[in-house]
Amino acid sequence: MELVTPGVGLVFWQVVTFLIVLFLLAKFAWTPIMKALSDREASIENALSAAERAKLEIQGLKAENEKLLAEARLERDKILKEATEAGNSIVETAKQKANEEGARMIAQAREAIETEKRAAVADMKNTAAVLAVDIAERILRKELNDKQAQQALAQEYIKEVTLN
Amino acid sequence: MKRLFVLLFSFLTISAFAEAPVEGGKFNAGEMITHHIADDYNWHFADGATVYLPVILIDNGTVNTFSSHHFYDENHETVPYNGYVIEHGHIYRANAEGEPVADQSGLYDLSITKNVASMFISVLLLFGIFFTIAGRYKKNPGKAPSGIQSFFEPIIIFVRDDIAKANIGPKYERYMPFLLTVFFFIWFNNLLGLMPGGANLTGNIAVTLVLASLTLLITVFSGNKNYWKHIFATPGVPGWLAPIMIPVELIGILTKPFSLMVRLFANITAGHIIILSLFSLIFIFQSVAVGPLSVAFATFMNFLELFVALLQAYIFTLLSAMYFGGAVEEHHHEEEHAHGEAHH
Repeated sequence: MELVTPGVGLVFWQVVTFLIVLFLLAKFAWTPIMKALSDREASIENALSAAERAKLEIQGLKAENEKLLAEARLERDKILKEATEAGNSIVETAKQKANEEGARMIAQAREAIETEKRAAVADMKNTAAVLAVDIAERILRKELNDKQAQQALAQEYIKEVTLN
Repeated sequence: MKRLFVLLFSFLTISAFAEAPVEGGKFNAGEMITHHIADDYNWHFADGATVYLPVILIDNGTVNTFSSHHFYDENHETVPYNGYVIEHGHIYRANAEGEPVADQSGLYDLSITKNVASMFISVLLLFGIFFTIAGRYKKNPGKAPSGIQSFFEPIIIFVRDDIAKANIGPKYERYMPFLLTVFFFIWFNNLLGLMPGGANLTGNIAVTLVLASLTLLITVFSGNKNYWKHIFATPGVPGWLAPIMIPVELIGILTKPFSLMVRLFANITAGHIIILSLFSLIFIFQSVAVGPLSVAFATFMNFLELFVALLQAYIFTLLSAMYFGGAVEEHHHEEEHAHGEAHH
């Protein structure tokens, strides 16, 4: 029975002490501790959501960058294609011009050669004629010393004439 | 803080069981155990190492304060002093022969007993630890906890999230100071009681009575309309049952804290009794051979008691939180019934 009979003194001290402890701890320990804990939790929560937002933002930026990059690539391709085309056409034109020029020069050269040839032939003809006359004169001079030979020659000529 | 613990421990480690009363060579285990778990006017660590605590008596309005040393002679036997005498651990008015007189009215004993002194030590510990922790939070706001702060922070968060929030609901915040104080008060005192030479404070019915009464008062004063409606007009119970139901519900208000009071008291006291009984075996058998066995069992029990110390603090706090939760719960039973009906 002694064990389960609460003593007045202990009840008194327990009430007084516990209430003082409750008051002091509540005021100087629990309130600041609970506040610090919830503040820290809130700040962690904020930091996490900020990180999430930043991640989304970065993703947005990345997509935009990719779009810009793709656009730039297209632009580059277009410019390259245009440049190639322009280059090709220039080369084509140059080639054509060169061909034309070449043809014209060949034609000129041919003409010049022809003229030269004609001149040379004419010259050759003249020289040949002079030579022939000269040879004929010398032959005639030698041949006509002999009567018989003159006769034979004349005969020859006549024969030729009649045959023609 | 660490140094304080070491100091306290070395102070209390002076053999606790040295005072086993051996009367005429005959060892009385029951007497020894009762003496150990009961309150006392002095703190006896060992023969020759006794702290005599102050006696405060209120006798018909006059306050008498003196050291309890006057009640003991050199053989540690009680003697009458100043018209008072200690009989069976209580102070009574005495006559000239040193016998308690019949009329004891108007005499109140508010002495600083062993339990009160032990409670003061626990209060110093509570203040020392939790003011230090609160200071750390103020000094490093938003930083990770360190040292003693990181040991207690998970426990505080556990009390908040798993005891208060889970059982009380959104209004948990106003109950946090009480729940935290009760939790750490019980835990610290349970542990101090396990120290060699420690007092059996939380195993004292007066202490658990006060703690349970505070739970009762807070529950009753925070009870909302819904709570009282459940007591005086329990939903779903026909009106003619009210004469039975109302007394039953009213008794229910009291039995909940009563169970808190008895549970803590019985658990802690039982633990002390078991450990003391195991040591008593050595003296009962008067054999050294029993020693190792007793020590092995007592060591095991001590570990179990370390767990019980925490468990009982948790249970007391948890059940208090549940009672508070029941008192502030909002009205939603009808909806639940309606949902239940819909399912069938």
